[in-house]
Amino acid sequence: MQKVDYPVLAGPEGYLPPSAASMGVVLPDKGEALVEGKIVTEEEAMEVIADKLLSAKNPTFFPGPLILWAWNEKAVEKAKAVKELAEVVGAKIIPMPDYRPKYPMINYREEINPNHPNLTIWHNKIDTCVFVGVHCHYANVALKIIRGGTNCYTIALCGEYGHEDAMITLRDVQAREVRRLTEAIKRVKTEREDGR
Amino acid sequence: MTEGKVVEQKIVEPEYLFFEAKREPRFITGSEAVREAIKRANVDLAISYPITPQSESMHLVGYIYAQGYLKDYYRGEDELGVMSAVAGASMGGVRVFTATGGPGTLRAFEMFPTWAGARLPIVCAFFCRGINSPLTIQPDTIEIGFMLDTGMLIFHVETAQDLFDMLLKAFIIAEEPDVHLPIGVFADGFFITHTRELVEIPPEDIKLPPYDPYKSPMPVMDMETPPVRQMRDPFVMKSNFISYAAHASWQQEVRAAGERARKHINKYLGGLLETENEDADILIIASGTAVSQSREAIIRANREGISVGLVKVKVLRPFPCQEIKTITRKAKVIIIPEFNIIGWLAREVSSVIEDNSRVVGAPRVFGGMTMPPELILDEIKKQRFLLANK
Repeated sequence: MQKVDYPVLAGPEGYLPPSAASMGVVLPDKGEALVEGKIVTEEEAMEVIADKLLSAKNPTFFPGPLILWAWNEKAVEKAKAVKELAEVVGAKIIPMPDYRPKYPMINYREEINPNHPNLTIWHNKIDTCVFVGVHCHYANVALKIIRGGTNCYTIALCGEYGHEDAMITLRDVQAREVRRLTEAIKRVKTEREDGR
Repeated sequence: MTEGKVVEQKIVEPEYLFFEAKREPRFITGSEAVREAIKRANVDLAISYPITPQSESMHLVGYIYAQGYLKDYYRGEDELGVMSAVAGASMGGVRVFTATGGPGTLRAFEMFPTWAGARLPIVCAFFCRGINSPLTIQPDTIEIGFMLDTGMLIFHVETAQDLFDMLLKAFIIAEEPDVHLPIGVFADGFFITHTRELVEIPPEDIKLPPYDPYKSPMPVMDMETPPVRQMRDPFVMKSNFISYAAHASWQQEVRAAGERARKHINKYLGGLLETENEDADILIIASGTAVSQSREAIIRANREGISVGLVKVKVLRPFPCQEIKTITRKAKVIIIPEFNIIGWLAREVSSVIEDNSRVVGAPRVFGGMTMPPELILDEIKKQRFLLANK
């Protein structure tokens, strides 16, 4: 049954929270984004992302296989843009190199895994994270686990249609959009430094 | 039948093929409508296994393979083998099609939740027939009841026209990156497959764009191209909370993908249901060919001065919960005629509406019986009498 006005907020929400889609949160159309379950414009979402990343104590990027491998020119270009973005934010980068669960224990200093993303977040005390270059199914699985069991604020920069279970999601994100976000963050950073 | 050259086909936008291209009427069977749809669907691979009343449709797909419309086609060893093979092909990144029905559906059943769990955008036609012993090959929609909770999207056609259109649209909806789930297009065996009707179809020199597996929400198993040179390892082999939580989140994501399909279904099918005269006190809710029989019963009821509304449910998964809840608010009685003994549609409707004591799960026929409109008309009159004497 669909419901409305389901807020997608940082957790921990509980033992097994519902997927946001099942609670009536609908993915954005072109030019739109989601902030905490509500549709906003892409520009508005970029402003909120800038604020969240620059206010975070330990912002961390989780790049996935789609940009960790140089499998086509677009991937290389996007990876470079994401690296620059992380540097501008001053964020750490912890990769999600593949989707296999890591047993007996993940090396949380070096990687994150979609099946138990909470372990990397807990051990590194990550308060804000960015998913980028992760296949959508695995991003969705991980984002819901994070919302259920951690207090981490999640941001998903999706190359396709976005992710309802992230607190903020942009859609259709390629290198150009990453650079636009970088510019927005540079501007907000300068404004903050100037005390504006 | 295998002669004839393939027509040079041009790739067009789905919207053009579905809504804009000029259509011509053809007097064809449902099985032939399958052939015409698959001709235009840009399918890479089809795998068949015979079972009545499905056999003719995949036989005809074999003919168009011989004419060059598909890249590959073969007969599998049985239904479980076929459904497993199409799963492998779909994981490998090609557009696949198959069909089955009745006992074939149940023999292959293990694969349907597997398709959904693996996010495979397979399109399969199901031509419903009885499944029980003593053996029957006759029409009966009971298998749909079993299929509702597999995680697949479920469409139910009323006519051969619906079958043609829904098959083509199913490929595009199934392959949307935020959906990426298998779709079962269900038709009532014989009533659809073996009867002829006028079907409006676009020219055969156009076809859908090819499937792009690199937009899949999971890595396509392309062993030549990183970053997707990785298997889809299961995480479920460990007995610990983390594995259980991951599996739970995975199942929720499959259902979430079904929810996301609503937007695309609304775009391409014009909604999950259609209605006529929905403000009437007496409402019929039906799917499949029970809709056609209901239309005829309503015409006769109108002649006798009885106003009856109709809700045609086109999509059973995702179920049009909110739509049905809203539409039924004013109805005093809701009649649900079905071609099966269990009444799965009555059960579904009862679970979502306010005051389900209004639901009348009748008439029901099964085992191959037809549903004469008089049977529905009798129920309408009976319910009208009961309402008047309440």
